[in-house]
Amino acid sequence: MKGPAPIAIAVAALAAVPLVVHSNVVLNFLVVALLIALAGQGWNIIGGYGGQYSFGHAAFFGTGAYATAILQVHYGVNAWLGFAAGIAAGAAAGAIIGALAFRAGLRSSYFALVTLAFAEVLRILASVAPITGAGVGLLIKLDLRPQSLQFQSRVAFYFVILALVAVALVIAHLIERSRFGTWLIAVRENEDAAMALGVNAFRVKLAAMVVSAAITAAAGCFYAQYFLFVDSGIAYGTWISIEALLTPIIGGVGTVLGPLVGALAAKALGEGAKYVAGDAPGLDLMIYGAMLVLVIAFAPRGLVGAFNDMRQRLFGSTMKARPPLKEAAHG
Amino acid sequence: MLSPLILVTAVLNGLMTGAVYALVALGLTLIYGVLHIINFAHGAMLSAALFAAFFAYQKFGLDPYLAVFLIAPLFFALGYALQRFVIGPSSHGDDRNMLLVTLGLAVFIENALLYAFRANTRTIDLPYGFKSIDLGFTFLAMPRVISFAAVFIVALALWLIMTLTDTGKAIRAVAKEKLGAELAGIDVAHIYAMTFGLGTACVAIAACLLIPTYYATPGAGNAFVLVAFTIVVLGGMGSVPGALIGGLVIGVVESLAGFFFGESLGQVGIFLIFIVVLLVRPRGLFGASA
Repeated sequence: MKGPAPIAIAVAALAAVPLVVHSNVVLNFLVVALLIALAGQGWNIIGGYGGQYSFGHAAFFGTGAYATAILQVHYGVNAWLGFAAGIAAGAAAGAIIGALAFRAGLRSSYFALVTLAFAEVLRILASVAPITGAGVGLLIKLDLRPQSLQFQSRVAFYFVILALVAVALVIAHLIERSRFGTWLIAVRENEDAAMALGVNAFRVKLAAMVVSAAITAAAGCFYAQYFLFVDSGIAYGTWISIEALLTPIIGGVGTVLGPLVGALAAKALGEGAKYVAGDAPGLDLMIYGAMLVLVIAFAPRGLVGAFNDMRQRLFGSTMKARPPLKEAAHG
Repeated sequence: MLSPLILVTAVLNGLMTGAVYALVALGLTLIYGVLHIINFAHGAMLSAALFAAFFAYQKFGLDPYLAVFLIAPLFFALGYALQRFVIGPSSHGDDRNMLLVTLGLAVFIENALLYAFRANTRTIDLPYGFKSIDLGFTFLAMPRVISFAAVFIVALALWLIMTLTDTGKAIRAVAKEKLGAELAGIDVAHIYAMTFGLGTACVAIAACLLIPTYYATPGAGNAFVLVAFTIVVLGGMGSVPGALIGGLVIGVVESLAGFFFGESLGQVGIFLIFIVVLLVRPRGLFGASA
């Protein structure tokens, strides 16, 4: 699964869906799944390729969502501009948090903790500050015109999020093929060795963090635009931190298509369970938690990795499989 | 105006809350000291234990202070089994995987509780729940005084286990030098699971001490564990005295900050301490090495 072909196939297949399916339920499901895939693709850049597992990507999702909403509600800024500003705000948050955390040399558990703490601080501040609507949240005014980035039909929204996901896929693909991507993977596999070879680990990780935050912030901007409502529990809540890391890990951590595959699989399973067992609070997240454990236990390289292994076994491809992440190193 | 007696009361109350924080942090720091991972399932385990203590009283009329002798061993066994049969095998010896597995368990347990019991707040009414001790200038709630004392008994017991028993020695050996301990014939998987069991037993005891004055909800444990993260980082990951002192300090800071700035900003204060310590001195105040 190398090269741009799988990306083109996946995007084309998803673009064809509205031509065949007209159900609003299905479209809504896909919009939300793609939204999570986008947030997950952001996480995948720093977490998957860079090996820095953030437990607080809500910090970027929420900053994007709030920036978009605040600019429109309080300052009457055009929605498209607000969207771009939201992405920029998320990238800035990524730069600040990344610079602080990486400058302090935080790795592994410590990095997970500090990202989680930043997201929580932002959540609590957003729940009391007047500019974020405090406990009430912010409602974006309904204005169903394309120039306000709001649409009468769900299909238009669907194509917007699909386009965003496609851009994120291309970014991941370009990173994977670039020298920068090689540095990033080298840092993931062995930071000290990479530095000994002259890779500036701090700058590489910081750059990856900024890209990562920008992509996840775009998901937040889209959320605000699609649901026209943001509050502190949605924007900076732990749910999005968890889903952003869950999707690439289920799909295949450090692979271009992993987050997309993971998001579709996780959402399908979650919705399927609701259909079978009835909509009860906690059910879908319970399944996500179990999936996370099961995937790490039985398919550490995710669904994409498992698919590649199977294809190799069936067709005996001579392409060498990438060694499982870090498995050998610790014994 | 502000009387010093009110401040003293706030400090005393902070110390008592802090003691329970310290107990939760003790479990967390013990696990970190040996396994070198943050157990993200700690909060979910605390919620589960709160429910266990609640139902022990409601269904069987079991006083929480008696139930602790049942619930603590039960959660020890649960923690042991989780590490031995779930977390250990499924993480393939990689720290990052271990982190994710504990997170997955946290999400699973918390939402299983939500699915089974819904988000209702459950409290128990003990006959002595509202008794208080008169100090002359202020009153202290009886259950909180009991829990304050109990935390130090548990800490002492833990210290005795660590210094006197063979298991304790093996745990310390694995924490210091895993490979060396393995070569000396210590079953590392077993010791990991024992440590995880002890850490989980700590939250079970904390739950029994909390339930008389607190409540059980699926997310109840998280409030404590986010604070416990701060304490563990402040006191130094893996340091037991650090967890105790850090717990008391944070309890007082929270109480005073809440007193001066209001509840939610008091919480922000704790997180800011957390972030500053992480960024400036990740070893913590008592930690040996990061």
